[in-house]
Amino acid sequence: MGDYPSRSVNATAGDLAATSSRGQGAGYGASPSNHNEPPLGGGGALPKKSRFSIETGFRALSTASGAMVLVIIVAIAVFLIYKALPALQANTGHFLTQFEWNPNDATPSFGIAAIAFGTVLSSIIALLVAVPVALSIALFLSHYAPKRLATPLGFVIDLLAAVPSVVFGLWGRDVLQSPVRDFSLWLNEYFGWIPLFGGNGPFGQSILLGGLVLAIMVLPIITSLSREVFQQTPGMNEEAALALGATRWEMIRTAVLPYGKPGVIAAVMLGLGRALGETIALAMTLSIKFDISFNLIENGGNSVAANIANAFGEANETGRGALIASGLVLFTITLVVNMTARAIIYRRREFRDNAA
Amino acid sequence: MSVLEKQVPGVVMTPDNIRSRKLPVVTNVVIAVAAFAIAAAIVLGLDIGNWVLVAVFGAAFYLIGLSVVAGRIEGKRAARNRTMKALIYTACVLAVLPLISVIWTLVTKGLARFDADFFGSSMNNIGARDANGGAYHAIIGTLEQVGLATLMAVPVGVLGAIYLVEYGRGKFAGTVRFFVDVMTGVPSIVAGLFVYTFWVLGVSPIFNDGRPQASGFAAAMALAVLMLPTVVRSTEEMLRLVPGPLREGSYALGVPQWKTILRVVLPTALPGIVTGIMLAVARAAGETAPVLLAAGGLAAINFNPFEGGQSSLALFVYQQAGDGSKFAPDRAWTAALTLVALVLILTVAAKLLARRNKLSR
Repeated sequence: MGDYPSRSVNATAGDLAATSSRGQGAGYGASPSNHNEPPLGGGGALPKKSRFSIETGFRALSTASGAMVLVIIVAIAVFLIYKALPALQANTGHFLTQFEWNPNDATPSFGIAAIAFGTVLSSIIALLVAVPVALSIALFLSHYAPKRLATPLGFVIDLLAAVPSVVFGLWGRDVLQSPVRDFSLWLNEYFGWIPLFGGNGPFGQSILLGGLVLAIMVLPIITSLSREVFQQTPGMNEEAALALGATRWEMIRTAVLPYGKPGVIAAVMLGLGRALGETIALAMTLSIKFDISFNLIENGGNSVAANIANAFGEANETGRGALIASGLVLFTITLVVNMTARAIIYRRREFRDNAA
Repeated sequence: MSVLEKQVPGVVMTPDNIRSRKLPVVTNVVIAVAAFAIAAAIVLGLDIGNWVLVAVFGAAFYLIGLSVVAGRIEGKRAARNRTMKALIYTACVLAVLPLISVIWTLVTKGLARFDADFFGSSMNNIGARDANGGAYHAIIGTLEQVGLATLMAVPVGVLGAIYLVEYGRGKFAGTVRFFVDVMTGVPSIVAGLFVYTFWVLGVSPIFNDGRPQASGFAAAMALAVLMLPTVVRSTEEMLRLVPGPLREGSYALGVPQWKTILRVVLPTALPGIVTGIMLAVARAAGETAPVLLAAGGLAAINFNPFEGGQSSLALFVYQQAGDGSKFAPDRAWTAALTLVALVLILTVAAKLLARRNKLSR
């Protein structure tokens, strides 16, 4: 194909834009000067760049598809606000501070305080349980396990991430609930003097159960992201630490963990975003209550997303508007958390690319 | 070498004493046995718990004992190293336990109704006292909704990735890339609410005499919103792996850029793109909340995704789990097993495909 006749054909065939930066870059390496021949064709033989070609059309189409993401995010915000406003105007209580959720009454009165508290509390429990375990597994996979074990185990962790949340919810409700109830009874008997574990029961369908189920669900996310970060630690740093006589743990503490810190923070925040938005697993494991209580083991707990799933079916128009308003709050919170996490990852990436 | 050869008077260097002393394996085992024995004696003696507490106490005593004994024999730093290693291994065992439990329960409980009736009938006219009833309608719903969602999300997602890799320069492309990443974190319930406000309340009344109508198509839209960022991200990663000289060769032959992308770049990256799409489909198939809000759920078989409510496997699990009938849990677990099988087959197939991909990192 590189023969001269075909070159002249191709020179007229396409509208390879000599103006595009890529086109120039591509032609740069294959200069015809090493063939002792006069250059074929010429500027006049090339077709002029037409204003409306397939090229411009395709370019516009793909640009529109890229912009679609921004359009969707803006549309989510606009439509949620549009439908939430009537309900918020009909609200007789204070939306941000009230505990009650009675939007279906003749005089609707609802507030997001209790359910937002439940969302945050369950996510905190989930992270407290999941983060140490996830980081341990990530370190195990990247620095302790032999490769023959690390590959299949990493595969299994990835599969764990693919299991639908409704299955975890079902498992939490049918299987995990009775051990958690036993554990709660035990905690209540011996540590009942701590307010967190007080109360007179019944126990089991508590925020502790929801938090534990959430922990199992965010575990694979945090694990796979931090494993990736730990694996990227420069081998030189690790070898330098070992050569100075560090033990394996000292090498991890001085070389791996400081290098991976921003990545781990971002992974934890992504896990937090997932935990905040989780719906069905919490709707199945918590017993819905609208109050703010630091008691972890008594039946109760609630979350914004679980409340939407539970109350949506029976809600009237104002009720649905109120749920949409709470969904808007959830959207804003997760958006902020995710943007922060991504900003950390991006800054880190720039840093790494510059260093390389 | 001269420093090493100079012998310190009074100390004879032999292979035994120039190496640091190691904790013998026997000691390690003895510590473990002793720790669990003491834990059992304390817990069962004082009657403050059962075997779970024995295991927890035993593990704690073992870690403490190990660090103390290793500290005496090997020194402080080596002891710390040993303790951290034991902690990390313990955490791994701890994390694998729930996974095993989930799989075990899924298989044992899920096989209870894994029969032809379950896959051949719907929940229409099934009362609380009826033991039969199945998920046929839900499987139809899942397949149709996920199929429609794929049809919507894949073209937009792949084209969006093409924009990011081939055309996008400057600030706007950076913004798009950033928000694609952010969008992966949008909660599924928010996507469901969005489609409910936008399609079910806003657009569907036009086709339905002014009454809002939940439908499988609405659910598919919500699933597409959730799939889109995943598709864009995975496709973008794959397109970036296509070697630049391949494009340049095509340009050098005079092929325009759009044709180069469609004929050279996309086919090269195709296996990787398909892998990403399959992972996105697997994620969408397991979503419950969007279907709950946008499709409403229906007990009868409805083949038409554009009219009337539909159910899906995930929603079926949720509804059966909330049902008071004593036969409902069996149905829920069997549907869960079916769903997990579907999702895992897709995921494993995607990962195997990725392994054969020549472009992989």
